[in-house]
Order: sequence, then structure tokens, then C-alpha cells
Amino acid sequence: MSDESCPLSLLVHDVTVAYNNGHVALHDASFQLQAATICALVGINGSGKSTLFKAIMGFIQPTHGFVHISGRPVKVAHKRNWVAYVPQSEDVDWTFPVSVWDVVMMGRYGYMNFMRIPRAIDKQTVAASLERVKMLDFKDRQIGELSGGQKKRVFLARALAQMGRIILLDEPFTGVDVKSETAIVDLLRELRDEGKIILVSTHNLGSVPDFCDQVVILNRTILAFGPTDSTFNEQTLSLAFGGALRHLKLDHVEPDSPQRNRVTVLTDDEGALVVGRDGRVHKPGPGEGRAD
Amino acid sequence: MLHLLAQSFLENALMPFQYDYMLKAIFTSGLIGLVCACLSCFIILKGWSLMGDALAHSIVPGVSLAYLAGAPFALGAFIAGITASATMGYLKAHSKIREDAIIGIVFTTFFAAGILLNTLFPSPMKLNSIVLGNILGIATGDILQMLVISAATLLILLFKWRDILLVSFDPSHARALGMNVKFYNMLLLTLLAATAIAALQTVGACLVVALLVTPGATAYLLTDRFKNMLLIASVMGALTSIVGAYASYFLNGSTGGCIVVLQTAVFLLALFFAPKHGIIAGRLLAQATTAAFHQQQRALRPSPPPTERP
Repeated sequence: MSDESCPLSLLVHDVTVAYNNGHVALHDASFQLQAATICALVGINGSGKSTLFKAIMGFIQPTHGFVHISGRPVKVAHKRNWVAYVPQSEDVDWTFPVSVWDVVMMGRYGYMNFMRIPRAIDKQTVAASLERVKMLDFKDRQIGELSGGQKKRVFLARALAQMGRIILLDEPFTGVDVKSETAIVDLLRELRDEGKIILVSTHNLGSVPDFCDQVVILNRTILAFGPTDSTFNEQTLSLAFGGALRHLKLDHVEPDSPQRNRVTVLTDDEGALVVGRDGRVHKPGPGEGRAD
Repeated sequence: MLHLLAQSFLENALMPFQYDYMLKAIFTSGLIGLVCACLSCFIILKGWSLMGDALAHSIVPGVSLAYLAGAPFALGAFIAGITASATMGYLKAHSKIREDAIIGIVFTTFFAAGILLNTLFPSPMKLNSIVLGNILGIATGDILQMLVISAATLLILLFKWRDILLVSFDPSHARALGMNVKFYNMLLLTLLAATAIAALQTVGACLVVALLVTPGATAYLLTDRFKNMLLIASVMGALTSIVGAYASYFLNGSTGGCIVVLQTAVFLLALFFAPKHGIIAGRLLAQATTAAFHQQQRALRPSPPPTERP
């Protein structure tokens, strides 16, 4: 029964999800994660990222296959508070009359009684979680009065207070400044080292090799899965993104070596602005631009 | 002389309390105002205001049907209300028509059917009192029904307001905790339908939505904490209903009309004068920050060199 007795794992086995309108959002998806890892879910919009998230969260029932957490169905995992979710900023109503403290306290509901009256331990855990994301000073603020990074940290604190073993983060870096991004990444690393599974859905390709140990590349099925070093490369990304990826090849000469290096810049929906040495805007040549 | 004037004023002011029907009206209005106000906090945050209005109109045919079937009117009204919201839910899921149009079609259909049924099969409950309310003529049996509905609603909200709030604020998180989101939505809808029925006789089907929206909207302007919002809305809803019912005796006008006009007056006060979210406070803040910004800019700018005059 205790969490230590069953080693943490996330098993997605042969999952197919079809919606009522006949659209198959995801098919034959299989992968398995063991404790202590940060794994990125990478794919374009409509690649089944959010469908896979919903299947792991138990919001939708796969029409084929199953998701198990530590060998148990998702429902059981939820009842034990194992799965914590950090929503996308756009999915939150920031005008809601709740304070930072209230939101983090919501992480404790699973441990509370019928009336959800906080006990001393709940208050201690909430305070400790807020302290850990350095938001305790803001505990009485209404949630709309925070910056993008602070908002994210509050919801991370909620996941901490919930003491989930698997933390799912949906686009954690959207609307977040660089400083907060670094703080969030540091915290995710700490949580990983404590033995949690962190699953991050993102289209921020640049940040993936920075902090993700493993990567799942999706396009309505799993195109590639494995350690970031060997899996996250131009080949697999071109498969996943196809024409949706901007592709820019740059010639680049190190000052002290005569050898020319070719650097390739891959970006998702936001095109990179490239400025040449003369300060003028670089326009992609015929072989560059969209990778088809 | 002055003494006599004061005495006659007092006698006049206490006059409504001498009548049994006025006492009943003031008491039931206050209770209904309180229950509706509690629910209104959830309804405006969930964006269900239009739904509440539709529901209140949709219960009208249920009253006639209940009379024909010999069932208590609250039961008929409840079934009609739930049928209407189920129809709206079904159409929303299975047609490409937008939600507002669906609500518009469904509730007017039910309302029209109610008017038609009531004129075809005249029941003891007059159409006029269903649509516009008739608190002064409320029967003791109806008061009992209303007491049961109010007590049940208040108890459920007392025990479960945190859960309903969580489901409204972040359904994904609620699901991740293993909570049944659908159940809580149905619970809130049921409370909404039951309360609309209880309020039917106070203000009538047309004005129920005012009691189910205005107190919550007013409180929302006055605080950033849900608990305070519940408190402010409850006090405001109960007080305006009591005062409105009392005032209607002197004005000799519709009780429902008095209550709703009074609530709107309080809402307007909050809209303009609320300390943080009021329109005037917003203006002042914008002006103050602009002035502070300019001052800061001036402080940063190096002072201009003294101009030399020839």
C-alpha cells in the first residue's frame, strides 16, 4: 500500500484513442518510463500530445490498449494522489477570486476529509511548497496579480503540495521569462532526483536537450522514443514536424580555425530572425526555409 | 406634537408586521434571497447565468403538467427544468448550432408550452403568478416546500462548497484527484433548478435570474476571496429581499419588482464605487500610475543645462 512498496513506472501500452466524430487522434502508442526521469512530449499541434496527456490523466478512455501507473490503472493512481497536473496558462481563469494560498491548498484536497477543512499538516505542506518555489511572500495575492513565471510557480507548488509521483506539465514555458524558466527547470531537476517522473508537453524545441533526459516524438503515433542524446535529432524532428518546421542552414567560421561549420537552426512555429555580419536581415536562400 | 408624529411614523413603519401575509412574504423573500445569492456566486463564476435564466423559464410547463397529473407543482417544475437542460446539453453536443442559439430556442419553446398549457387547462396557480410571482398569496404548503428546498441547498453548499469551487475553477485538477466532475456539475444544476422553483413564487419565472446573478456579480466586484464573496452576496441577497418585500407594502407594487430593482441599485453602487474593481477606482488608479510614471521619467532625465541669456 505504501508508495515505497511499488516502484514508480508509467506504462503506455498500445494506446489508440478515437473520438466520437470518427477522428483517430492517436494510435498504437507504446512507451514506458521508470522513476527519476524528465521526459518531453514533442510534436506539432494535433499530433496527439494532449490526447496522450488526457489518456494518462484518465480524462479519456483509450479505445484500445491501456495506461498503467506502477502496474495499476490510472483511476487507482488518482485516488492515491499520484498524478499531479500543471495546466497550460491559457486553460486557467485568472480572474477567479482565489488567492495563491487557496490554489496551492487545492493540491491537498485528496488528503482532506469530506468537508475539505485543512488540517495543520495541510497548512504546513502548503507553506513548505510555496517556500520551495519562493512564492510564500505572495500567498495572499489574487492569482491574476502575478507575472507569467510566478503563475507557473504557484501551480508547480500545488503539484508539490499534492506530493504527486508523476507530474505532468502542459507547455510550462509559455509566457514565462528566462529567469523563471531557469528556476522551473532547476526545480524539475530536483524533483527528478527525488525519484519522480516528470512529463513535459512542449513545442519549445530549444529547451528540450537542456533538461530532458528522454523524449517521445509524436505525430498521431509515436515516431521515436528514447534518450534525448540519441533520439532528439534532425532526422526524427523532420519526421515529426515535416513542413511545419522552419529550417535554416548557416555557414559559420570559427575565428581561429579555417574550417567551415554548418549549423542548422530548427524552429517550430516561430521563425528565427537571423541577422548577418553587416547587421542586415538574412533572407533564406533557395535551399533553405521550409523543410519539406 | 413631535412626539405624536414620531409615534404615528412608528405605527406606520410597523404596519406590515401586523399582517400575517406580510410576515410570511418578508420571511420567505429573505430566505429565498439568501439561497439564490449563495448559488449566484457559483453561477457567475461558471458562466451559467444564461443557463439559470433558461432553466427558470423552462420550469413553467411543469407547473401545469403537475396540476394535470395531480402531483406537487415543485416536482413537475423540477422535471421540466431538468428535461430542458438535458435537451440543451444534447443539442450542444450533437449539433453545430452555437450554445446561445440553443438556449434561446429551448427555453422559449418550454416557456411557450407553459403559457399555452396554463391557458388551455387553467390551474389554481394563475399564469400571472407563475411568470411574475405572487409572494403575498403564498400558501402554507408552498412555504413548506420552499423551506425544505432552501435548507437542503444551504446544507449541501455548506458541506461541499470547496469541491464545487474546485470543479468550477480547475476541472482537470479535480479529475486528477479522482473527483467526479460530472457529478458535481449535475449537483450544481440540480440545486439551481430546485432553487429556481423555490424562487418562482417570490419573484416569478421572469425575474428569478436576477436573484441568481446580481448578488454574486455585486460581491465579485467587492472582493478577491471566494469566502468573502459568499458572505457579501448572502447578506446583500437576504437584506435586499427583506427590504424589497417590506417596501412593496407601502409602494403597493410588485414584490418581485421591488426586490430586483433594489438589488440592481446595490449592484450599480458597487459597479461605480467598489474600492478596487469599481469603474471610478480603475480610472483613479490609471491616472495615478500615469502621474507616477511621468514623475519617475522626469527624475531619471538629466536636468537641462541652464540656458544662457545674452
